[in-house]
Amino acid sequence: MLLEYFQMIDAVELLDTDEGKVVARAEVPLQSPVFEGHFPGSPLVPGVLLIETMAQASGFMLLARMKFEKMPFLANVISAKLRTFVEPGEILIIEAALEHDGSGFAKTKASITSNGKKICDSQLMFKIMPFPNDTLKNNMLDRFDQINSAQINSSSAGPKN
Amino acid sequence: MATTFEDVAEIIADTSDIPLEDITPEKNAFTDLGIDSLDFLDIAFAIDKHFGIKIPLEKWTEELNENKASVDEYFVLSKLCDRIDELIAAKNA
Repeated sequence: MLLEYFQMIDAVELLDTDEGKVVARAEVPLQSPVFEGHFPGSPLVPGVLLIETMAQASGFMLLARMKFEKMPFLANVISAKLRTFVEPGEILIIEAALEHDGSGFAKTKASITSNGKKICDSQLMFKIMPFPNDTLKNNMLDRFDQINSAQINSSSAGPKN
Repeated sequence: MATTFEDVAEIIADTSDIPLEDITPEKNAFTDLGIDSLDFLDIAFAIDKHFGIKIPLEKWTEELNENKASVDEYFVLSKLCDRIDELIAAKNA
């Protein structure tokens, strides 16, 4: 995780684009500028960044499912429960599953666990739109290749481009 | 058995906090009821689930953007319900 660069996912461990499921992993850094403010003397990953982490796992699953032809933008945090604190150094397992594949939108359910303990869960809605430019599309492809090549489980599937 | 319009009106009332009595067939979801595009995603999701269909929002949006259709053609509620009935019929064919 590079919190200050919004790089929340370190590796895709399992990806099933047909079923619309992803399992990803992230290691919370020991140090980050984010912790200087949140909170001084008591570093915790901000809840909004945990929601962002669940959104990114969902987003990469949707991107791969759509073969990177369109971009899912987070449009609605339908619900989110932040159950416990996340401290530096923790290993997070992020799971996301497609709940509904609409036309121009998608809904997912996502959760994060650490050491088998549920950290948070959410229901998220994404608006599916054309990429605004090739720069973003290429960045998404590059980022996906980075996290997908870091996979542990060989059942992960990359974009077919 | 409830009509398509009655079901859609209930979905809109539930998802948008618009009083049921204000939701009538001749109203345009956007210009008359004040529903925005984000709220309409919730409505489309609920309609998809309720009727077991997939409203082709992307296609409709493209047609609107290309001036091939008017907002009324898809989003006046009586016409929206006609489209839903067509999608249900196609699903059951």
